[in-house]
Amino acid sequence: MSKKVIHAIFDDEEILLQSVKEIRSKKYDIEEVYSPFPVHGLDHALGLKETRMAITAFIYGCIGLSFGGLLIYYIMISGVGKSWPMNIGGKPNFTFYQNVPSFVPIMFECTVLFAGHLMSLTYFYRNKLYPGASTKSPDPRTTDDKFLMELIVEDSDKEITKILKSTGASEINEKNIEDE
Amino acid sequence: MYKISKSTHLLSLVLIAIGLISTVYAFINDSHAAWTSLIFNNYFFLGISIFAVFFVALQHVAEAGWSTVIKRVPEAIMTFLPYTCAVMIFIVIAAMLHWNHIYHWMEVGIMTEGAPNYDKIIAGKEAYLNPIFFLVRSIIYVVVWIYCAKRLRDISLQGDLEGGIGKNSYNKGITVSAWFIVFFAVSSSMASWDWIMSIDTHWFSTLFGWYIFSEWSAIGFTTILLFCLFLKKQGYLQDLNDSIIHDLGKWVFAFSVVWTYMWFSQFMLIWYANIPEEVTYFMERIELSNYRFLFWFSAAINFVVPTIVLMSRDAKRNTNFLIVASVVILIGHWINSYLLFAPGTLHDHGHLGLTDLGMGLGFLGLFFYVVFRSLTTRPLSVKHHPFLDESKHLHT
Repeated sequence: MSKKVIHAIFDDEEILLQSVKEIRSKKYDIEEVYSPFPVHGLDHALGLKETRMAITAFIYGCIGLSFGGLLIYYIMISGVGKSWPMNIGGKPNFTFYQNVPSFVPIMFECTVLFAGHLMSLTYFYRNKLYPGASTKSPDPRTTDDKFLMELIVEDSDKEITKILKSTGASEINEKNIEDE
Repeated sequence: MYKISKSTHLLSLVLIAIGLISTVYAFINDSHAAWTSLIFNNYFFLGISIFAVFFVALQHVAEAGWSTVIKRVPEAIMTFLPYTCAVMIFIVIAAMLHWNHIYHWMEVGIMTEGAPNYDKIIAGKEAYLNPIFFLVRSIIYVVVWIYCAKRLRDISLQGDLEGGIGKNSYNKGITVSAWFIVFFAVSSSMASWDWIMSIDTHWFSTLFGWYIFSEWSAIGFTTILLFCLFLKKQGYLQDLNDSIIHDLGKWVFAFSVVWTYMWFSQFMLIWYANIPEEVTYFMERIELSNYRFLFWFSAAINFVVPTIVLMSRDAKRNTNFLIVASVVILIGHWINSYLLFAPGTLHDHGHLGLTDLGMGLGFLGLFFYVVFRSLTTRPLSVKHHPFLDESKHLHT
């Protein structure tokens, strides 16, 4: 059995959302949806797995906090600080914990810096977005005002086109793909 | 329409009774400590009720849709404002009559040259810190606040009949709210200088107004959230979906962090600069053994508990997590309110004790009594509000 790719174009995100729900309730698998902007509730309607970005953010934040702590410990207390003790405001400069309030801003900034930058890099890595990456969107109009739903179905399936039409697709393009 | 259940009614009455007994006992036992207890408990609930007004005003000005379903909750909370304001004005007048000694600068002779207790620095502040101007300012704040609260409540009811954007009630709501927010931006800061910061007369912090505002926001959002959860559990507010609760949880989380930020900014700069006239404020709180534990404890739980408990998305949608975090935040900020007043008025003989707790419970009982009563006076769900549908289908 050969398969075909269906590209259904939608004009409105609400119609798209309804259509996604309808098609999924009929036990079709949606390959991908391309949209010019994030659509609220689409991830839920598509049944995508919950993102683990929050967990990575927490881990990166912890790394940043530790890095900031170690950095300031080296600079002010143990390494450089031992050779050139700096008397700032008469504060004790031999212990970490007595100086902690003045180190908090540095550790906080490192936490934010690490969490923010490493999250962006993780995002690019997961989405395979590197310099010079080519677009995966099959239709350039999805960067403007159209929404595209991609399905892969059996070649003989005629039902799906009807469902797509009835749920408000403004344009349906089919393409056969060779059996491997 | 909300209907007060018998147990809720009984609970509020029992709490009021506890409060009355504690108040009478406290005033007979040690009236100086009793006045401090009264002012800090009153301040705590004043913060909650004035923040409800600010919340509603903010939603109007921002034309925010998400909160429409829960609009009646802050509207009910703000009905407690006149009571706390009345107690505040009473405390101010009592201070002027020297019934209490909360405000050190009101002492007789402190500003007259040659008097034994003459204080040059305090005398230099006479243009601002004099009893008559103090009273006039206080009255202006509370009158405008109460007036705006009443107007916003009336407009909300009128909006139920009219509905739609651009109608009389909609535009009026925005106008009143905008004026209120401008006034509140100045008056919340000034009120916190007057009522709280002037207790430690020599000391001042330019951050103080924001610090108090962040505390009001944290306890205000927490209270709104708890009322919403309670009403939902009782079977009211059925339109209240998880996303709105999630958003409220975010606010509680965010303002706990903002509070910590303000607390730490104020602390760190003073600690670092180590200037004698500035550090006195923290010396009293850290060096005196009766406040040291409370000081670190309240700062820690107000930050650590909401951060750890409410950090993840699932926790902000989980009622039990929210309730635990909210209750801890309220207790933490209640202790912190004590620390705003007590070290300045009671110095080394202040102890957070059962009478303070009893008075706090009394205020809580009165708060329940007034707020639940006012919840019954109007429908819990808004009608014909232009953003009602958006709120019902909020999705985050």
